Amino acid sequence: MPKEYRFIGKPTPRKDALDIVTGRARYIDDLVLPRMLHGKVLRSPFPHAKIKMIQTDRAEAMKGIRAVLTHYNVPTWQTGIPRHVKVLDSKVRYVGDAVALVAAETEEIAKEALDLIEVEYEELPAVYDVEEAIRPNAPQLYEEFPGNLLPLDVPTFGPKTLSQVVLGDVEAGFQEADIIEEGVYSYENIPNPLPIEPPGVIAQWDGPKRLTVWSATQSASWHRFIMQSKMGFPDIRAIGTHCGGSFGSKNYAAQPLFYAAALAQVTNRPVKVYYSKEEHFGTFSLRLGSRFRGKVGMKKDGTLTAVSGTWFVDTGAFSDMAQAQVAVGCGEAQLMLRCPNWDLKTKLVCTNRSASGVIRGFGGQELEAALMPVVKKALAKPDIDPVQFIKKNYVKPGDGYFWREGNWWVSEGMDYSKAIEAGAAAFQWKDKWKGWFKPTAINGPKRIGVGVAAHGNADVGEDESEAYVRLNPDATATIHVSVAESGMGQRSSLCKMAAEVLQIPLEQVQITPVDSLVNPFDFGLVGSRGTYAVGSAVIEAAENARQKLFELAAPMLQASPESLDTEDGMVFIKGQTDTGIPWRRIIGIAQTCTGFGRFEPDYSKPNFLILFTEVEVDMETGKIDLLKVVAATDAGQIIDPPSLNGQIYGSLGSAGIDTAIFEESILDKKTGQILNINMMDYKWRTFSELPEFQNVILESGIRTHRYGAVGVGEIATSPGPSAVFMAVSNAIGKTFTDYPLTPDKILAAVGKKHGE
Amino acid sequence: MDKKTKQEDPQEIEIIVNNIPYSLTIGIHPDQVGPSDTLAKTLRETLGLTGTKVGCDQGSCGACTVIMDGLPILSCLTLTIECDGRHITTIEGLQEPKTGKLDPLQQSFIDHTAFQCGFCTPGMIMASRALLDNNPSPKTHEVKEALSGHFCRCISHYHVLDAVLSASKKGG
Ligand code: FES
Ligand code: FES
Repeated sequence: MPKEYRFIGKPTPRKDALDIVTGRARYIDDLVLPRMLHGKVLRSPFPHAKIKMIQTDRAEAMKGIRAVLTHYNVPTWQTGIPRHVKVLDSKVRYVGDAVALVAAETEEIAKEALDLIEVEYEELPAVYDVEEAIRPNAPQLYEEFPGNLLPLDVPTFGPKTLSQVVLGDVEAGFQEADIIEEGVYSYENIPNPLPIEPPGVIAQWDGPKRLTVWSATQSASWHRFIMQSKMGFPDIRAIGTHCGGSFGSKNYAAQPLFYAAALAQVTNRPVKVYYSKEEHFGTFSLRLGSRFRGKVGMKKDGTLTAVSGTWFVDTGAFSDMAQAQVAVGCGEAQLMLRCPNWDLKTKLVCTNRSASGVIRGFGGQELEAALMPVVKKALAKPDIDPVQFIKKNYVKPGDGYFWREGNWWVSEGMDYSKAIEAGAAAFQWKDKWKGWFKPTAINGPKRIGVGVAAHGNADVGEDESEAYVRLNPDATATIHVSVAESGMGQRSSLCKMAAEVLQIPLEQVQITPVDSLVNPFDFGLVGSRGTYAVGSAVIEAAENARQKLFELAAPMLQASPESLDTEDGMVFIKGQTDTGIPWRRIIGIAQTCTGFGRFEPDYSKPNFLILFTEVEVDMETGKIDLLKVVAATDAGQIIDPPSLNGQIYGSLGSAGIDTAIFEESILDKKTGQILNINMMDYKWRTFSELPEFQNVILESGIRTHRYGAVGVGEIATSPGPSAVFMAVSNAIGKTFTDYPLTPDKILAAVGKKHGE
Repeated sequence: MDKKTKQEDPQEIEIIVNNIPYSLTIGIHPDQVGPSDTLAKTLRETLGLTGTKVGCDQGSCGACTVIMDGLPILSCLTLTIECDGRHITTIEGLQEPKTGKLDPLQQSFIDHTAFQCGFCTPGMIMASRALLDNNPSPKTHEVKEALSGHFCRCISHYHVLDAVLSASKKGG
């Protein structure tokens, strides 16, 4: 049974709730600095071209224009792994690639000036398919990457960065197998996570080495410590505003930051670069393209004996974080599939479309979506129930896996069988599952099918976190931690964790603004690390502050620090509340008492989420309706019920479940244009199309921190695509090779043409 | 609107925002409202009412919804010069001005944590307010329909439905 807490596990209002419902919450575009200029970007109409000539005189002469920058005069900063992406280059590599930057007194003037810049291009052939891009005569995007192949190392992950899964003996594994299935599956929708708020940055220089950036970010510190190394190590102060959704994509915004900082430098004024929705769609952070070509071996009872093949990962025009996603994806595959023999190689390829960025799912979703269909094909032969397969093959305590930095970890997490069973019961899986490629029900032209998939990630204990907790004499506490608010409610959850340690009302716990100048280091809200990693640092800091308070109080109460307790701003000898003295008498009426906490990485506690889905397919129109979703997990201990539920519902957004059926960026391979870069043509789920959605969240406690909780938010999207893919296959008795399952593909599969 | 005297002087219009009348001059100077300025831009940049959010600026996400003469409108698709004499309510106008008391819908959104990132929230609340003003006890499907043009990428829909329905039961 979960423990009874004062705040933990109870729904409490978000700390920023009042600001949000009254419109007082400040997002990046609500911020205007004195003398601030507006930056705009001239973008390429061609997918691949050399810039032969740029003429900027007319733009520069325009009234209100303060700077025009081209590849001739921008700073030499570079991003990408390894560094290969310039602020502006003499070559463009996708439709929408940046060609020139302008800064002006108003946004309108900046936009007008773009029209006055003349550019002459020499068009080059372009390539969009991963396997075509690595052929000998394919167009080359970068001189330094022959064959369009990017190196796979991530310097910060160290020399053993995981870029493949090689383990055991696959030959022997296939020999042992009763069933061998192979195929090529593509998850290449390149959907957009599409937070409602476009990305934006304001930059301002105070002297040549000191830069301040304001941004809507999920992880403000990335704008300091990652961007510093790309810009010649200026002292960057990163300030975060409220963030209108991110889903990974706004962890950082290297390009907008480069543009704003470059323009701010030449004008010596603050510059805002805030993308339009078209720019957001067409030039910012798509999901990686993912294709699996390979095979799996399995015994009749569902025991996996071998997985081998190549994972082709398409970054689009450049890669800023793709190698890290390959590393994490390779790690996650091993959590989902316990198998002694692996030979999974990866190829990271650049192509002529807008770049992929960091997106919730972070490599794991991409790999799962492409790899699972072949596993499921193997399961179909002996007709193994996929739920039983997941139960059998999801990593168990004591099982090992390679994680992103290449080390071998052994799971000290939990066995999620109970969560799997609870989810299956809530979904009524046993009644609905009729076997592979069999519908659950047929109602006239409509067929119902069910599908399931599970996902996990060991990133809950990823990277370092630091926090201070400062006790104030008025019985309030201030948490200093670099945590932004992009929707997860984590700032409020951290306040709950501290309030629980200190036993003071939640209203009396504050958290510092997102500002790298006032907060210690935190890696950011990536993966599902907020609860365990950041939480541990905050809890330790609160405990440390409380300990110091007890040490100060001990002589006053003539007792040992260990014998003391505190509640509502009083310190007393345990069990003797009447002995109490207030914090202010202990700390001093104007002084403070500060504790420090630090978290070191721990990849031994994988989280887990299983998603059951039910769809209805109209055999006449090819339309698919998602009817029901049940998500089941064990969170160890819920910190804030509405926040966790929201995170899981979020699997319907942010390029998640719906990438199975309708979400995609439609790339025209003749022109290199993405055709649906507006919110009318890019499909998204509306209120009228909400499926029934049930969350089953167990709280078994897990050995993490004081509250036994583990984060689970990030992975909610990941099992969605392959679960729905399977549900549709079962409904109509056909299988597919690529996502999304649009009506034309359904009709083709059932032998009908549109309009028939 | 025809009887508005302001039409005699096309350079000036008056809009009433949250019960406060504002005289705006139309023109191309920095302190004037441009003929192509949207209401969203005027609210946010000229009047400093940044509670109204712009998600797409294309009329397809609902974030910029405000109430004009009792009906929800998309302020990114509405030109300010067309709003002469109109009464507009924005998210900043929902709180009781004197007491600071929240609109029951605002309170209900807090109680249900009916938001994640919160960027779509002002638009959702304004559209829901307009709905409840015209239909005090809507059915679930009516709430869904009223909000169907509102994009929420965080998927706060389920919490929003709870919040709106519970505010409506309270007679909000
Ligand atoms: S901003 Fe007006 S509808 Fe999106
Ligand atoms: S709460 Fe983020 S878009 Fe709705």
